[in-house]
Amino acid sequence: MAGVPAIRLRGVTKAFGPKVVLDHLDLAVEKGESLVLLGQSGIGKSVLLKHVVGLLKPDAGSVEIDGEDLWAVSARERDVLRRKFGMSFQEGALFDSMSVGENIAFPLVRHTKQTKKEIADRVAECLELVRLPGTEDKRPSELSGGMRRRVGFARAIALQPQILLFDEPTTGLDPITTDVLVRVIEEMRRKLNPTAITITHDLKVAFAIADRVGLLAHGKIEIEMTPKEFEASADPRVAAFVKGDSELSPPELEPERRPGVSPAAAPPV
Amino acid sequence: MKNVLEAIGRPVLRLLEGVGRFFELLGQTIRGFFLPPYQISMTAKQVVRVGVDSVPVVFLTALFTGGVLALQTFKGFQRFHAEGYIGSVVALSMLRELGPVLTGLMVTGRAGSAMAAELGSMRVTEQIDALVSLATDPVQYLFVPRVLASIIVAPMLVVLADVTGILGGYVVAVQYLGANPVVYMNNTFQFLSMEDMTSGLIKAAVFGLLFSMIGCQTGYDTKGGAEGVGTSTTSAVVLGSLAILIADFFLTKVLF
Repeated sequence: MAGVPAIRLRGVTKAFGPKVVLDHLDLAVEKGESLVLLGQSGIGKSVLLKHVVGLLKPDAGSVEIDGEDLWAVSARERDVLRRKFGMSFQEGALFDSMSVGENIAFPLVRHTKQTKKEIADRVAECLELVRLPGTEDKRPSELSGGMRRRVGFARAIALQPQILLFDEPTTGLDPITTDVLVRVIEEMRRKLNPTAITITHDLKVAFAIADRVGLLAHGKIEIEMTPKEFEASADPRVAAFVKGDSELSPPELEPERRPGVSPAAAPPV
Repeated sequence: MKNVLEAIGRPVLRLLEGVGRFFELLGQTIRGFFLPPYQISMTAKQVVRVGVDSVPVVFLTALFTGGVLALQTFKGFQRFHAEGYIGSVVALSMLRELGPVLTGLMVTGRAGSAMAAELGSMRVTEQIDALVSLATDPVQYLFVPRVLASIIVAPMLVVLADVTGILGGYVVAVQYLGANPVVYMNNTFQFLSMEDMTSGLIKAAVFGLLFSMIGCQTGYDTKGGAEGVGTSTTSAVVLGSLAILIADFFLTKVLF
């Protein structure tokens, strides 16, 4: 299926109660491309990412992975499509009942017929890639925030996915740990050449890892350009973001906050 | 008038929604029983958590309930010189009613609440989302081992409760009330039938299904942060206990 984007969203609409978070959103990410999504807090970036992996079902529109509609197939087939993904969560979302090694081995044990030795080798390889060698026996509670996220990366790449999704990989981390994570992401991209969508507020991170930058506002991807174009753009919405100046930000860009209406209130899939 | 109707309608709708969700998740869980991968080691782990770890609390509850039953029955039966039948009353009450119900309630407090707390904290820390993103059906992965283990161990715990309750009654009757041990034991088993035992075990299996499904459901559907986990844990105990008592009435009607 040459020419089919790895990820395509068509007219995706999602509302939580009266609040429309995504409004007929269209997006296409080509194979091997790295898209970074920017946007203010609460604007719906995580909601968008959850739609891509099928954690949320759109009220209208479709989500296609390699041309296959995620919600037009059975739950089993959807799980097969999900094996193409590796998703890294904001706080790592490690299974705290398991060790670091068991966390990374989890998808290998569930979805492959590899021997224990092969799995142990792959776990060690993934930990090497995220610069945490020899930490297999540690518990998630013994790790720092940055380490937990790197273990989350390692778990996400264990099955060598074609698509990587990063939900705010560096938020709340110090600049040095952030730099380590950026290097890890760059190395993962170089070795695996996956299609990637990253959500971040950190422009330094965005410019370091993006082929294309998108700005989410009003439930749509309002602006899409290369990092260089983004940096130099005179568009007030972009300028406000690049300079971090709320005075420059058009008021309609502010996300509308309503009590009790948040993605967390969404019914579980 | 509109306000009154709203005040009645809202909780009714919420109740119906909860019941509908229960059967939706129950359907997914039953389907999960038969689909690979079969999680034998995780089910075994839950058997230990729900069953083995509940042994002390079930043992003590049943022992003292059997003892109290003997004491109370003695007071009543003494009035018409029927003390000899204390053993029969204790055994019948334990097997048919108190064994399953008390075990169900105690294990709901112990294991049902633990299930809700565990799944609730997994929900709020995105671990359940992580399961989905790793192409794993969370209902099959989380519910099936817990529900299966509960259905298996609840009847076993009830057998323990029955035996311990009868033992408690025996100790009180013979040691404290001066009953003849041989006559007491004879009377204990004289009026028992196999049905008394099996009906109690069927009830126990149903209670196991109820407290584990409700514990898992309230945890799985947790909203919010730590507060949400607390609410889910409380709901698991309250709803689980109510479901057991209501189911007990209907099961007793059907089984006897």
